[in-house]
Amino acid sequence: MLLGQSLALSAILFSIGVAGVLIRRNAIVLFMCIELMLNAVNLAFVALAQVHGLNGQVIVFFVMTVAAAEAAVGLAIILATFRHTESVDLNNINLLKG
Amino acid sequence: MSEAVFYFFAVVAILSALLCILQRNPISAALWLVSTMFCLAAIYVLLNAPFIAAIQVLVYAGAVMVLFLFVIMLLNLGRARSDLRGFAFWMLALLVVGVLAARLLPLINYTPERLTLEYSRSEMLANPDLVFPAGRAGIEATQAQGVVGAVAQPLFESYLVPFEITSILLLVAIVGAVVLAKRRI
Repeated sequence: MLLGQSLALSAILFSIGVAGVLIRRNAIVLFMCIELMLNAVNLAFVALAQVHGLNGQVIVFFVMTVAAAEAAVGLAIILATFRHTESVDLNNINLLKG
Repeated sequence: MSEAVFYFFAVVAILSALLCILQRNPISAALWLVSTMFCLAAIYVLLNAPFIAAIQVLVYAGAVMVLFLFVIMLLNLGRARSDLRGFAFWMLALLVVGVLAARLLPLINYTPERLTLEYSRSEMLANPDLVFPAGRAGIEATQAQGVVGAVAQPLFESYLVPFEITSILLLVAIVGAVVLAKRRI
C-alpha cells in the first residue's frame, strides 16, 4: 500500500517547501513554495485515504480549490504591489512597516 | 514492481522540488514545480486515486502553473538577480527543516497494520477492516460505482455544504483578483 513511504515523501516535500519560503526573497517563488507545501499535504491525504476511506480524497478537492483561489488572489496582490515598487523582492516591499 | 515505480517518481519529485527552490530564474523554478506535480500525479495513480491524479494534472500542472508563468512573463522577471537570502536565513531554514524531518520521517515505518494497532490499542482488535470500516467501504464503492462516482458521492452528500461554500470562495477570489489587479474600476 506504500503508506509509510508516501507519508515520508510528503514530509520531505513539505520540508523543502518550508526551506524555500525561508531562503528566497522573490514573492512569486515564495508562492510556488506554498503550492509545494499544499501538494505535500495532499499526498498525505491521498495516502491515508487508502486506509480511512474516500473522505481523504474529497478533502484533497477542497485543498485544491483553496490553493487555486489563493494563487489567483496572491498573484493579483503581487501585480498590485509591483506597480508601486517595480519589484517583487520582499526586501523592497516594506510599505506596511510603521 | 509498483514499489520501484514509486521510488523512481519519489526521487524525481524530490530532486525537482529542490531545483525549484534553488533555481535563480523564476521560470525555471515554475517548470521544475510542474515536474514535481506530474510526479505526484503518477504517485496518486499508484495510491489508487486515479481521479485525483487527473485533477492534479488539470488544475495544478495546468491551470495554477499557467497562472504563475503568465504573471512571471507579464512582469518580465525572466532575468532576475539572485534572490537567495543571507547566511542567517540558511541556518534558520536548516534548523526548521531538521526539526521537521526528525519529527516526520519516522512516519516511513507506518503500515496499515501498525496504524490500526496504535488506533485500537489492543492486539485482539487490530484488524484494519474492523477498525477502519470506511477504508473497506471505499474500496467496494470504487469497484461498484467507478473511480469518479465513489469520490463524487461523499462530495455531494456528506460534504454538500462545504462544497457550496467553496463556490462562494471561488466567486470571492474572482472578484478580489479583478479588483486588486485592475488599475481603475
